[in-house]
Parts: sequence; structure tokens; C-alpha cells
Amino acid sequence: MGFLDKLKQGLQRTTQQFVDKFEDIVQRADAPEARTRDVDVETAEALEEILLMADVGVAATDQIVTAVTKRSRRGESLRELVKQEILRVLMAVPREPHSQIVMRGKPQVVLVVGVNGVGKTTTIGKLANQLRVQGKSPLVCAADTFRAAAVDQLQIWADRAGVDIVRAREGADPAAVVFDAITAAKARHRDVVLIDTAGRLHTRTNLMSELDKIRRVASKEVAGAPHEVLLVLDATVGQNGLAQAREFTSVAGVTGIVLTKLDGTAKGGIAVAIAHELALPIRYVGVGEGVDDLLPFSPYEYVDAIFQEKW
Amino acid sequence: MFDALSNRLQDVFQSIRGETRLTETTVENALREIRLALLEADVNFKVVKAFVDRVRDRAMDQAVLKSLTPSQQVVKIVRDELLALFGDAKGGLTESSARPRVILMLGLQGSGKTTTTGKLAKWLVKQGRHPIVVSTDVRRPAAIQQLAIVAAQAGVRVHDPAGEMDPVVRAKGALAEARAVGNDIVIVDTAGRLHIDDELMRELVAIKDVSGPADLLYVADAMTGQDAIKSAGEFNAQVGVTGVVLTKIDGDARGGAALSVVSVVGVPIAFVGSGEKLEDFEPFHADRFVSRMLGMGDVLSLIEKAEEVIDAGDAQKLEAKIRKGGFTLEDFRDQLRMLRRMGPLEKIMGMLPGMGGMKELAGQKPDEKQLSRIEAIINSMTPAERKQADILDGSRRKRVAKGSGTTVEDVNRLLKQFVEMQRMLKMVGQMTGEPIAAPLKKKKKKSPFSLMK
Repeated sequence: MGFLDKLKQGLQRTTQQFVDKFEDIVQRADAPEARTRDVDVETAEALEEILLMADVGVAATDQIVTAVTKRSRRGESLRELVKQEILRVLMAVPREPHSQIVMRGKPQVVLVVGVNGVGKTTTIGKLANQLRVQGKSPLVCAADTFRAAAVDQLQIWADRAGVDIVRAREGADPAAVVFDAITAAKARHRDVVLIDTAGRLHTRTNLMSELDKIRRVASKEVAGAPHEVLLVLDATVGQNGLAQAREFTSVAGVTGIVLTKLDGTAKGGIAVAIAHELALPIRYVGVGEGVDDLLPFSPYEYVDAIFQEKW
Repeated sequence: MFDALSNRLQDVFQSIRGETRLTETTVENALREIRLALLEADVNFKVVKAFVDRVRDRAMDQAVLKSLTPSQQVVKIVRDELLALFGDAKGGLTESSARPRVILMLGLQGSGKTTTTGKLAKWLVKQGRHPIVVSTDVRRPAAIQQLAIVAAQAGVRVHDPAGEMDPVVRAKGALAEARAVGNDIVIVDTAGRLHIDDELMRELVAIKDVSGPADLLYVADAMTGQDAIKSAGEFNAQVGVTGVVLTKIDGDARGGAALSVVSVVGVPIAFVGSGEKLEDFEPFHADRFVSRMLGMGDVLSLIEKAEEVIDAGDAQKLEAKIRKGGFTLEDFRDQLRMLRRMGPLEKIMGMLPGMGGMKELAGQKPDEKQLSRIEAIINSMTPAERKQADILDGSRRKRVAKGSGTTVEDVNRLLKQFVEMQRMLKMVGQMTGEPIAAPLKKKKKKSPFSLMK
């Protein structure tokens, strides 16, 4: 049997085996007599595998595994130990108290950025709805003038959420649309402007400098704008998420992460890697397609969720 | 896409290349680096493990260690194993006599199905086919409009019965229309959701049942992480997949997870999509990709690209001109445009052997803006000036600089380099009585680079 066939066969059983294997290891590591013993090499390796498979990344995984193995146990379960270490990484990042949009500007300008297809427009729709329910008066700005039908998509979301939208024709200058939106928000006394931008790969310098222009235009119109820059990341993203966060932060000054599509099987472990390496807080998680499916991020709940039985 | 991965791998090889004798420790060190590089590229954990074990087995063989060129042997082993990993199946579509032939596009949300549908349609038109596209995504707001717009850009027919919201009926309708109108290919764009959605899977199976597709293409985002395997496997198990389309490879994502799909799920990569333009789409060639990953360049793709944009007649005319020493700024501009039509410079540079490894170049990447500036300067000249550069006196140069938004120094530099180039071309033309078609091609690549310095 060839190498590939063996690999294939092995991997087909992976998922099931994986769960069993981890349960095995957890059980062994958590047996009453083992609870006071330190974590052994085999357990550490299994842990490494689990974290890597969750896209936590090599560096953060190393730190977590090392921390877990170095700790002398006093009866905690293995799951508890790992949870604590992941939490330690996540909590080291400075955050807003409730991870909600805080009104600092008049209007508060929130710029939403990200690569293509991560769910920026959907996130804006959900966010607009949430803010309106909270008694705010948001206005959405369709600055994605590039992708076919992006403006229509945002229009549909705006109608659903019952909020105003400022739009321009396809191909218009995004910065000009942003200017119009902020002017409109001031005239109509709206307190939040949510700006939807075109998806762009973080490696495209010219598209990235467009974000810079949007920032400049916004800051001229409202002091301190954009007050928030949310980077939307797909929970299925791999280690490239780090590169995205790095680039968008350096160009657009990202202040927080929105992790979307967490309702799939992906664990969004990249969030841990980003917290570890870039100290960016996760602000929201998207967990479905409904208008209410955007939740403030809670490190505790997140760790619980990624550490469910189903590893 | 593979820059970062290939850089790391090249570092590894560089470190062992000098060694005349490989010890188990050096191989072990190299393997550790390879493992890390692959993991950071999101290659599936199990695949990495099996891959590293396999390379170790073969590399530690005494025959290899004691051979004359052990490090080259190791490179070769890595290359072989990477090829085995990506599958040796040829890219593109499989043979099929079905008429109309149906292609079903599958994939998760946001992987790029609709855009890929447009790109595939455009590619098929280029192959002389007559595709018709239909969207069955009745869920995502504006998805149907998006496909209509993309189809218009690609110049293909779209089946869109207004108000029809049943995906299966829409797919059936497209098939009927294709038969009536005479389209030979129907591309069905489907709704993307998270694969755990049973409802979607049932919908996809229903569409598959009525349309009988020859190809089921799974569209995978090069940026996906370890979850890629799970979702691709699920689609394959429930609907069936005949090929993978890897999208967004123009970023710096290393696509390791999507590539793992090949060996884990066992379906070949059919196409790769790399940019925002509809033309940025090509069949996948495993061997070329592996070569590029290892920094061996991808000359074949480069030649194909050049052939696509370079008109043979034009090349001959130019050759004659050079021979006579009549190379003008106008010809130069044409060359520049031709070069730019081949795609972003970085992409082209990546295909040149050895270029990927030249890290010094990273700091001075070929600047597209510089090329635009050069073109602007030439555009700001009168036709007479373009034909005869020496009539450009001080006042004319000032005007050109103003017109192109550059400085007189920029214009001077361009002219100086142009004169230099003209002189060299004349020499080449006189030296070789032979047809100089081959060196001509090289010049096309070279001239703008030398101008930039």
C-alpha cells in the first residue's frame, strides 16, 4: 500500500479517532492518581496536535503547551489547565469593558475592514440592527463600490434593520461616499456611522492605501474618527489570519476583531494566535445568518466552546 | 502565494547545500524547519507528520547520505514527496461527451464561488466554448444580481427567470435553455453555507440529481485553516467532488490546508484563481507549483503568459526595427504595455528561476508605479518626439515633465537610459546576423527593469 493511500485511510478515521484519543488522554491525565502528577510528554504532544488543528498556530501553541507542562498540578483536570492557559493569553489583551461599541465621537465612526468574503457586509447589517435596538440611530455607508452587487446586499440589510443607508453608484470613490455619509449623519443627527468597505487582500498595496484615504477623510470630518476599526476574520482562516491582522493594523489601525462564521466546525483558534502576537481584542463573534446572530465576545464562553467534548 | 513558504524551504536547503556530507543531525534539523514551515502554511497536521516521516525515511538512507551530492538528493526527495502530496493528476476539466455539459460549483460561504463561476465561464469562452451560467443561490442577498453582473463582464449568457426562487427549478430551466439556444456548457452556481447545514446538502443533491453534472468543483479559499479538510470531506461525502478550485492565491496565504485536501480527500486541484480580474484564472499544474514553492521558478507558465500577450507579427516587426537601429520610444512603450499585460510584475518575477530566493529584491520590488510614470512620460510627448527623441530640448522636456506630473530629472533619466538601450540594441542587431527572436524576448523582460535602476 502506497504512502498516500495509507495517509488517506488514516485520515478518514481521524475525526472519530481524534475525539477518542483526546478523551483517552484526558481520562488518563485526569485519573485521581494522575492529578497530582505533572503532564507527561505524550499528553503534551496530543495537546499540541489539538491546538494546531484548531488553527491556534505554532507560537501560541508552544506557549500554551509549555505552560501546561511546566505547571505543577494540584488536582486540576487537564481541561481546566488548558482553559486557564488559553484564557491567560486572551485576557492579557486590553479590552473595552463590555466589548460593545462605545459612543465617543459625534457621530461615532466605525470602519469595517477585511479581506474578501469574510462577512463584512453581513456584520454591518447585524451591528446596525443591534445598535438600533439599543436605541441608537445608526447610519450605514456603502463604501464597497467595487464588488458587483455589494451595495444592493447592504441595502437589503439596511432595510431589514430599518436604518438609513448612504450609497453611491458602482465604481465611485469610496472616500467620497464616506464623506457623504458622515455629512448626512451630522445633518440628520445620527450617532453612529458604520462604514462597509470593499474586501481587499492585505497584500494589495494600492487597495490598502485606499483605506488610508478613507481614514484621512473621516478624521477631517469628525475629530478622532474613525473611532473604531473592526477587522472581520472568517473563523475558518488559518495562519494567514495573522498576516491579515498585522497588515490591516499597520495601514488602517485596527482596534478590534470580529470573528465570523463561528457556527461551523471551525474553532477560530486564530483569535488566540492574534491575541498572543498582536494583542488585538476580539470584540464580536458572528454565529449565524440571522440578524441577531452577532454576539459580544466573552473569553470565558469562547474557551468553553472551543473546549467542548467535540475536539 | 508561496513566497513565504518557499523562502523558508530555501533557507533550509541553503543551510544544507554547503554540506558535502550530511549527518543525521543536519537532516533532522532541516526536517524540523520543514515541519514548522509546513505547519505555518496551514498544511494539515497529519499530512505534515506523514510527510516528514516519509522524507526522513528516504533521506536517512545510507545510499543518499553517502552519495556525492547528498543535499541535492534531499531537495529532490522533498520535491518528489511534495508532488506526491499534491497529486499528479492534470489540472483543468475532465473529458466528457455530455452535451450540454453541466459544471456544479460547490463551496462554503465567501470562498469565491460566484466570482469563480465568472472566471471559469470566461476561461471556457477563451477555449471556444459557449457556456451559460445560472445562480441557484436564492438565500444570500443580491447573490443572483452578482452573478448577472459577473456574467455580463465575462460576456456569457445568464439564465435568470425573474421571481423563480426554487433552486432546482432554476437549474433545470438553465439546462432547458442551454438545449434550446445551443449552449454547450451550463455552469451552476450554488448557495454557500456552512457545511453542517443539512438543508443545503439536500438542496445540492437535488440540484445534482436534476442536472447530472460532469464536474463538481469545490471552491476552496487558500486562506482557510485546518477546517478545510473537514468541509471538503463533507461535501465530497454528501454531494461528491471531482476537483478543487483554489481561490485567492494572490495573497500571501500559503494554501497549505487547501492543498492538503488533495491528499486527504483525494480530489485533484483543477484550477487556481489569483486575482480580482476575470482573467486571473488558470488550470493547476502540480509540478510547476512545487517548483515555484522550492524556488526553482516556473518558466513554463511564464512562456505561456508571454505567448498569450505577444503577437508573433508584432515581434517580427520589432525585430526588424531593432536590426536597423530604428527602435523608438513608441516601440519601447509598446513593450512596456506588453509586459504589464502579462500581469503584476511581482507575479512574473516569481516565475523566474532563482528570483523567489533573492531576498535582497524584497526591499526593492519592481514598482508598478514606476512603470506607470515611464508610460506617462512617453504619453506626454508628441508623436514626433516619440519617433525622434533627440529633438527633445530643454523646453520640450519641461513641458513633458509638466504633462506627466513628473520632474525634468525623471524625463532626463528616462531619455538617458533610452539612448543607452538604443545603443545596445543596435549593437546586438549588428552583431547577430541570425534572427534574434529569442534574445528579443529576453529584452522584453529586461528593458524596463534596467530602466528602473
